[in-house]
Order: sequence, then structure tokens, then C-alpha cells
Amino acid sequence: MKKNRSYNEATHLYGRISTASAILMFLMVPIAISVRYAAWPPFRDVLKGLLGVVPVFWTVGVIEVLTYAPMLGTGGTYLAFVTGSLSSLKVPCVLNALKGAGVEPGTDEAEALSTIAVATSSLVTTLVIALGVFGIRFLQPVLENPVLKPAFDNIMPALMGSLALVYFSKNWKLSVAPLVFMITLFIAVPSLASSVGILVPVAALVALLAGWILQKKGLIQ
Amino acid sequence: MMDVLFKVAIPGILNRKVVICLEFSPNSSFMYFICGLVILFVVAQSVFFLLRAVRRAKALHIDTGVIRRTISASALFTIAPALAILIGVISLSQFLGLPLPWLRLSVLGALTYELPAAQSAASAMNVTSTSTLVTDPTVFSAIAWVMTVGILSGIIVVLFGLKKIENGLDRIREKDARKSALLMDSLFLGMICAFTGLLFADIKKGLPGFIPIAVALVSMILMAFCGLLIRKCQVKWLEQYALPFCMLGGMLAAIPLTTLMGGAL
Repeated sequence: MKKNRSYNEATHLYGRISTASAILMFLMVPIAISVRYAAWPPFRDVLKGLLGVVPVFWTVGVIEVLTYAPMLGTGGTYLAFVTGSLSSLKVPCVLNALKGAGVEPGTDEAEALSTIAVATSSLVTTLVIALGVFGIRFLQPVLENPVLKPAFDNIMPALMGSLALVYFSKNWKLSVAPLVFMITLFIAVPSLASSVGILVPVAALVALLAGWILQKKGLIQ
Repeated sequence: MMDVLFKVAIPGILNRKVVICLEFSPNSSFMYFICGLVILFVVAQSVFFLLRAVRRAKALHIDTGVIRRTISASALFTIAPALAILIGVISLSQFLGLPLPWLRLSVLGALTYELPAAQSAASAMNVTSTSTLVTDPTVFSAIAWVMTVGILSGIIVVLFGLKKIENGLDRIREKDARKSALLMDSLFLGMICAFTGLLFADIKKGLPGFIPIAVALVSMILMAFCGLLIRKCQVKWLEQYALPFCMLGGMLAAIPLTTLMGGAL
């Protein structure tokens, strides 16, 4: 089904207004700290600090938009990029919502359900963190209990195991090439683990190339 | 300690200088106020988009049960990762107090970014330890600036470029539906393959390096079992809850697996 233009146009309008406002709000925090405590840091030191993170994280940020926006839909993308935790939370949440409802990405139905999933996830995250911050005395001993540490250390493997089964069984022919490529790459160069965000579009490109060859040979539709 | 000087003057009655002491603390009520304000804004934005999307889903005749299950499954799925984010807030709070990590990890960022950003800013200000609370307002301010500006690229691209990206995707979709479907499948698989490949990064370190793979396998087996329940036993409600259940099952299995396989790396 083609997307409804007027709803989508309105989503872009609201999304742009709220995103621009969010950027201003985010910038307001360091400005307020600097003004309130008369503590403007030297520009050179801020620049030096930024040079340590900008080359990697600005690149990852741009790549994340190109990779995740088609999956998240319009409203979901505007919201997810304000609320963060994309690969560990918002994108899997959307994948689960679309799969559970049996809806194809890129449709009007997917747009509505992915926005619902991202918004719900954002609200629950905010609530859990807020409850934790105000009840930190009670929660800290539980959350930092060494018995539970392995569970929290393994959220990504626990998530990826079930997600992989669902998507690999649905597209196993298309999955082989990118999966073998990524496993080989990480075994050969383990230090790439910290740059996994940059490697997502590389894996997508391998899948696209493999898919194009498989389509040419008539092995997939 | 920061002292701010005010001159209070009421002609003929009062003419005195007042010194207000603004002692800096990363845990001050002022910090809670400004961080809370931004978080409230993000909550309002989420509620607005949620209500709008629910109305839209109803207009598209999506079953109310599906909408409800999407909300409850998304909420259930979020709890465990949100608790992990909370652990990140706690660990950063030793260095930056509670309000700033609370804000930073509730919006935009992730621990994988916030900690290196804070460390980079601190080292630029010649602060080497990230385990003691920052008490210098200038250092704290520099850290807040770096954490904020260092992650703005994605949100700026979304602000100015999302419509163009979407138009490009629409053009591919209209031109060739097969290519468009292949592109979407490749993006989904690209993400899953990259993060699945990541599970193998530590296998050269011996048995403990296989713990993530063992956890993923348990989660896979649980998902296969859920698939059987959904298809063979017609447990349809499980469709949306299978992923959060399997993720929690995998996380719980990580506790004995880590002990059995020689502890975490």
C-alpha cells in the first residue's frame, strides 16, 4: 500500500518542529550550567574534547540515519533519534512490533505501528530510569549485584539470538553471505567490536549484493 | 565555590550589597531542574507521537487488540534494556553526579558514547580519574558541552535530510518493487548480521569468549519453541511477546552459563 501523503507531510512538519526544539533544549543544558556557575570552559579545551569523539560518533550518527530510518518509518525516526539507544532498543522494538502484527515495512500500517512501538519504548525507558534515579538507594544493590551482572552483560546476545532466528529463517538464502562475512571479519579483527555501528551498512551492502546475484539467478524473488 | 554579587538598592530605605553563594554540585537541585525539564519535553513529544499514531492506526482499521499488544509488548521488551541503561546511569553518577547521566541516557545517547565523550572532555581539561565526582564547574561544563555537541550529527541529519531520504526510497519503491523489497530486507539483515557477527569477536580468548554465542543459542532455541507454540498450538497472543520472553530467557541463562564457562571476560 502506498503511503498516505497528507499524514506523512504532517508527520514531517511535527517531527521537524519537535526535533529542532529538542536540539535547542539539549543545547540549553550546557549553556545553563555555564551561565549559572559562570563556568564557560575554554573553547580550545571543548574542541580538544570534541576531537576525541566527533570523528567516530558523527560518522556513526550519519550512518545510523541512512540505515535505520527506512526501518523505523517517519514518526519513529524523528522520535528515536531524539530518545537514542537505537540498535539496542528502538530498532529491535520496531522489528518485533511489525513481525508480531504481520505488517510489511514501508506501508501505512507499518508507519503507525512503528511509531507506537518507538514512543512506548521511549516512555518506558524514561519511566524506568526516572524511578531508578529517585529510588537509587533501593535499586543500586540489586542492579549491581554480581549474580545479575552476567544477565545485563548479555542483553545483546540474548536479543540477537531470537531476532536472528526469526529473520534468518525467513530469508536464509539472503542471510548466508552477510553472516559469514561479519563472523569472519570479527574473528579476524576483534578490535572492530567497538565500531559495529559503522559495519551495519557494510553488512547491508553485502546482503544487497548477494541478493542482487540471487535475484539474477532466480534463486530468490 | 562561586560567589555572585548583587546590589540591592531601594532609594532612601535600603542600599546594600548581597552576596549569594552558588556552590557547585553535580547533584544540585538546579541540575535536577534543568535535566528534568528536558526529560519532560521528550516525554511530551513521545506522548504526542504515540497518541497521533494510535489515532492513525485506528483510522487504518488496525485491530484495537493489535494496537494494545504492540504497546504492551514494546513496554515489556523495553524493561530489561532500560534496566541496563540505568546501570549505566549509576556507573556514570560516580563521576558526573546523577542528573546529567540521567538526562544523557534518557535522551539521544547510549553508554557506549557518553562514557568516551565524558572521558575525552575530562582529559582535555587535564582530569584523568573518572571514578571521583567532578567538583570543578568549568570541567563539568566542558564535559556537558562535549557530551551534547559530540552526538548531534544524527539528529541534525534527521532534521534536514529525512524527507530527502524518504523521497529516495519512495522513488525506488515506485520504480521497482522487487529492488525496494530487497533493499529493505538487506537493511534489516545487515543490522542483525553485524550484531550476530559481533558475538564471535572474543572466541580467540577461550571458553569464556563463547558465552555470548551460548546465550544467543539459548535465546534461539526458546524462539524456536515459541514458533512451534504459535504455529502448531495456535498460541497467537505469543507472536508479539515471544521476543521479550526469549530475550529475558537468554539473559537468565547467561547467569549459569557464565559460571559454567569460566566467568566473564
